[in-house]
Amino acid sequence: MPILTFAMNGHQVSGHDDETLLQIARQHGIHIPTLCHLDGLSDIGACRLCLVEIEGQDKLVAACVTKPQEGMSVHTDTERLQRYRRTIVELLASEGNHQCAVCVVNEHCQLQDLAYAVELQYVRFPYLYPKRTLDATHKDFVMDRNRCVLCSRCIRVCHEVEGAHTWDTAGRSFHCTIMADMDQPWGTAASCTSCGKCVWVCPTGALFEKGQTVAEMEKHRDFLKYIVTARRTGEWIAEEEEGE
Amino acid sequence: MEPQRTITIEPVTRIEGHAKITIHLDADGQVNDARFHVTEFRGFEKFCEGRLLWEMPGITSRICGICPASHLIASAKAGDAILAIGIPETAEKLRRLLTLAQWTQSHALSFFHLSSPDLLLGFDADPATRNVFGLMAEHKDVIRRGIRLRKFGQEIIETLGGRRIHTPWAVPGGVRESLGAGDRDRLLAWIPEAMETTTIALGILEGVHAKFAHEIPNFGSTPSLSVGLVSEDGGLEYYSGSLRMRDSNGNTIADQLDPTDYSEYLGERSTEWSYLKFPYYKPLGHDGGTYRVGPLARLSVCDYIETPLAEAERQKLRALSADWDVMGNPFYYHYARLIEILFAIEKIEMLLSDSDILGEDIRSKAMINRQQGVGVCEAPRGPLFHHYHVDEDGVIQQVNMLIATAQNNQAMNATVRQLASHYVHGGSITEGALNRIEAGIRCYDPCLSCSTHAIGKMPLQVQLIDSAGRVLGERSR
Repeated sequence: MPILTFAMNGHQVSGHDDETLLQIARQHGIHIPTLCHLDGLSDIGACRLCLVEIEGQDKLVAACVTKPQEGMSVHTDTERLQRYRRTIVELLASEGNHQCAVCVVNEHCQLQDLAYAVELQYVRFPYLYPKRTLDATHKDFVMDRNRCVLCSRCIRVCHEVEGAHTWDTAGRSFHCTIMADMDQPWGTAASCTSCGKCVWVCPTGALFEKGQTVAEMEKHRDFLKYIVTARRTGEWIAEEEEGE
Repeated sequence: MEPQRTITIEPVTRIEGHAKITIHLDADGQVNDARFHVTEFRGFEKFCEGRLLWEMPGITSRICGICPASHLIASAKAGDAILAIGIPETAEKLRRLLTLAQWTQSHALSFFHLSSPDLLLGFDADPATRNVFGLMAEHKDVIRRGIRLRKFGQEIIETLGGRRIHTPWAVPGGVRESLGAGDRDRLLAWIPEAMETTTIALGILEGVHAKFAHEIPNFGSTPSLSVGLVSEDGGLEYYSGSLRMRDSNGNTIADQLDPTDYSEYLGERSTEWSYLKFPYYKPLGHDGGTYRVGPLARLSVCDYIETPLAEAERQKLRALSADWDVMGNPFYYHYARLIEILFAIEKIEMLLSDSDILGEDIRSKAMINRQQGVGVCEAPRGPLFHHYHVDEDGVIQQVNMLIATAQNNQAMNATVRQLASHYVHGGSITEGALNRIEAGIRCYDPCLSCSTHAIGKMPLQVQLIDSAGRVLGERSR
């Protein structure tokens, strides 16, 4: 597997040609914010928070789905990128119904962490207050679409790891939502094994355990690394990515 | 002949929320009617629809920054009813502790921060200094103590719930965190100081009663029912028990009413001029069914208080007059509030000294077993009802909240009418009259944030309106 050498924030770094810029950055201790990425799941570049600049091209690229090229020069934290990332978080905040104060994952939420990271103190865009549904028909879990950021981690973990493919998307643009089976109440979805993986990988309070109260739910996602490694090696260990 | 006119006091100050008062004058400039308008709207009952039962204590405690703990308890109790489970004994004792801490902090706020400027500096004092800061200059020690007393209540709430305001600690089925021995001891050590402050305040109030002896009889003493929770044997109650109603002569007209059936005997009337609804006792109709709630009403309906110092003060209050009129005079709300602080401190000490309070069995868990439930507790200002309907998955379908302040609405209007009739003459309003009308409202310590399910503070505005609805004059501060 060829090893390529290129520059990241002015420092020489190297990585395999099948690794992503995000992986290589992390191996070298360079932080790039993410939301839809989760170790153990495929990457789809949905959230655009990991956008990076490549010298010589105007178009920004998502580090989680971009492979390196020999001699390229990548920047991960420019003023322009900071502006874009902040704008993305603002748009996410204005597009959903995110009421942190009364959310089950308040203080344990990856969207909230991002808002702190980009120093979000106000949102410049009008809040859309979309009318979205809450599905509490599952016996153990709840899907609150008001808090969904469409990262699709739930879809990917259900398809790629559990193999059930209960979740998918329905609709487009503002009307895009996560649906269970044939867009039916979750509790009636025959494919769902009630494993709960979708709940644990969800970065926000969109998926949570029934009975949880405000700020009570903390999501532990380490299980995924064990499963993914066990699938590949047959050993129940978690292979940490370098730099994690 | 002069046209009919209306005097408007807007906004009313030193109460929690936004309101105005209008005084309607007849053609001779005499008071024809007076109304207390609540001018804010919040809509909690509507936007809670579609949320989950388990979130409700966290959401509804946001109704108010003064008494969030009371909403939390009423909501958690409504949740208990829907889960159809009994909560562990320790959880109930801890919830009781939180409720009493809420009484202490709210009553201390009402007495020391909001009402004592009127009581200590006088209704005719300069409004610029007739506030807690003006009081600081003249009665520094008293105010400092009052602030500390409020802090005592807040400290208990913070110790139990992790934060002073809007803790989500009480949940359907019990509470989330237990109380540690170290924290228990720290809170117990605070009791003597809290007790001493309350005793000092009672002494001050005795002087106030003497100073305003000639004014007190005209302080909105109109006949009404009193309603409050009592224990099985008629003692003062704040967390469970049944409702009792007494009339203005002290006769018990209804007893052992199950508070969860409130909608059977309490009605709510709406008007086009206020966002605050007008609850009444259904069997006696809109006007005859006017009732008061809160400290004075609770002391009117109970036969005794279980703690000795508070009971001795209750008897002193009752002995102020041979007949029952003291219990119908809103001025004595202040006294009742201090008696309740005394009770709360004595009872907090009892609860903290109970070894059960440190128990670890604090939460029962269950899924939805009933599709509706009512939770009731005595908030500082009176009985608080949370009534939820859910579907089989626990999604809220309908919410009704009956708030203490709303239940005083008709009585507050009667008080405003009486004070206006007594102090407003000849079509003009003096500063002293303005202040007394406001102080009449303040007796009830209304919390409009809660009662309209709004936030903010109240400045004061007065409008003079003629019979054609034109504003003739306006004063505000």
